[in-house]
Amino acid sequence: MTLRKLLIALVSLSLATTCSDAKAEKITVKGSDTMVITAQKWAEVYQKENSKTSIQVTGGGSGVGIASLINGTTDIADASRPIKKSEIDSARANGVYPFEVKSALDGLAVVVNRSNPVKELTVKVTAGIFTGALNNWKELGGPDHEIVRYCRESSSGTYVFFKEDIMKNKDYAADCQTLQGTAAIAEAVAKDPYGVGYGGIAYFEGRSDLKILPISPEKGKPAINPMKPGGKGVNYEVIYDRSYPISRYLYLYLARKPSGEIKDYVDWITGPQGQKIVEETGYIPLPGVLPPPAKPGN
Amino acid sequence: MDKGIPLDNSLAHGRTPVVRLRASEGLSARRRRQVLLDWLAEKYFAAAGGLAILFILLIFIFLAREGLQAFRTIDPMRFIGAMTENVITEQPEFTTTWQPVSEVPKYSLLPLMMGSALIAIPATLFSGLVGLACGIFLSEIASRRLREIVKPGMELMAGIPTVIIGFFILVSVASLVQDLFHTTRRLNAFVGALGVSVVIIPTIATLVEDAMRAIPREIREGAYALGATRWETIRRVLIPSSMSGIAAALILGMGRALGETMIVLMVTGNAAVLTFNLFKSVRTMTATLAAELGEVAQGSEQYHALFLVGLVLFVFTFFLNMAAEIVISRMRRRLRL
Repeated sequence: MTLRKLLIALVSLSLATTCSDAKAEKITVKGSDTMVITAQKWAEVYQKENSKTSIQVTGGGSGVGIASLINGTTDIADASRPIKKSEIDSARANGVYPFEVKSALDGLAVVVNRSNPVKELTVKVTAGIFTGALNNWKELGGPDHEIVRYCRESSSGTYVFFKEDIMKNKDYAADCQTLQGTAAIAEAVAKDPYGVGYGGIAYFEGRSDLKILPISPEKGKPAINPMKPGGKGVNYEVIYDRSYPISRYLYLYLARKPSGEIKDYVDWITGPQGQKIVEETGYIPLPGVLPPPAKPGN
Repeated sequence: MDKGIPLDNSLAHGRTPVVRLRASEGLSARRRRQVLLDWLAEKYFAAAGGLAILFILLIFIFLAREGLQAFRTIDPMRFIGAMTENVITEQPEFTTTWQPVSEVPKYSLLPLMMGSALIAIPATLFSGLVGLACGIFLSEIASRRLREIVKPGMELMAGIPTVIIGFFILVSVASLVQDLFHTTRRLNAFVGALGVSVVIIPTIATLVEDAMRAIPREIREGAYALGATRWETIRRVLIPSSMSGIAAALILGMGRALGETMIVLMVTGNAAVLTFNLFKSVRTMTATLAAELGEVAQGSEQYHALFLVGLVLFVFTFFLNMAAEIVISRMRRRLRL
């Protein structure tokens, strides 16, 4: 039974590939690891609705995606940071004129262990923690113990975004432990009562062993919690109005102005269906695309 | 020793067909095919052996070509350290860090080399202690039946994927070590060395066992005949006479520890600080390559710097392996005398 199904599937697959060779559009997507789950979901749902299109999604990091776009080995580069001037230059030298599309938003959260008594941080203090200017929790009203910093690898978009946006491009402290991925950071901080880390809010949502710290843009201003009261879901308002200081756009970069199949796909992503998936995968949809939720806290 | 093997006999067998081949021109086609097959097989094996050397040579040339280009854009001094502005005091200071993504990229190899040493040396010590005992046990003490259980078990241990060892250490052993030693950093060089030990204990134990078993039986019997106990025989006679084999086992184990990647990437914390403290986070050369090489733009400054790291690693392990080879061949020569 299952064997027959498999056989039928295989035959139809080979038929499909042979028949559709002429007209099928193949889109390759490469880039940000932050976006890879969302990108795969987009591709999956879109392919179901448009059987003629085949979309291949791989991660590797924002830099890798943009490098592939420049080399011409991918159609769409996912990036969790804006393209750099130097990258635009080398793209132009290669005859590629990157076209930017904002596809979603992401907020970064700073997390500590549940047992940590520190209640909130300012942007400046956050920067101080990760540059190594602040080294003891005592200076922040916590226990008299060394701060243990957890960071991302230098190739990740999150590393660069945090460094440029929060740390004003100063270097990370040399003793920052670099871990592979935000999930690893969540795990490490959950196990380390003196640890501090950062990463996409979605990764820390709903974890009772971690505490997401509210951040204030500067001293004297109220600290903003990126979560809704009670910790149920991300508070979009504070990210749209930029009152929560650590948020960013997630971009799609195309080799040229979109047309044909790629334009359809990009329009679909920025439309209600694509943005619904953004929300489902834990990121923040573009403002104004989705209707506001009927019941608050739903 | 050589006399026992029927070497002369087999030679004679090999020679006969050749002689007959010349004697009678009308030899069967079957025989001729066999001779051709022999010739082909011989060349095939020779080529396979040569291929290994060719590969090593090609890898070395590739690494050297890419790695040495780093010197074209980076001042050699910067591989040791660089003068940078301290973030806090804003005073210039000499820093030895590896931080390739920065306004002023820092390429000091010292913390990476120190990190690799802080993993490889303790790991060799731990696994030397265990592996040596394990090898002696297998060769001298265990009964044949026990050995047939322990040895395959140990070989199984060598076959565990390192990522699984790394994961196990990450989620459980690291916390245990932190509770025991009350360290600030849960992920540190000590935990990494423990993980790497798991991988190299089987290597060391097997090599030690081989070295022990190579000792002629007469030596053991001589010791017992003089009234030595088993412990005295092992300690005073067997260990000294297999010393070079043990040394080679340790050196090879250390080479393996230097090259270990997945475990150290997962459990050492990967902080590129120059430290001598075993309980601090370290970043090894292998982990740096694994974490950064996949993401770096080809031909960039960092790309060449990473290849230089690879070259240093290659040269280190190459010399370690060569040292082990020399020690082993010396032992063989001595045992034959």
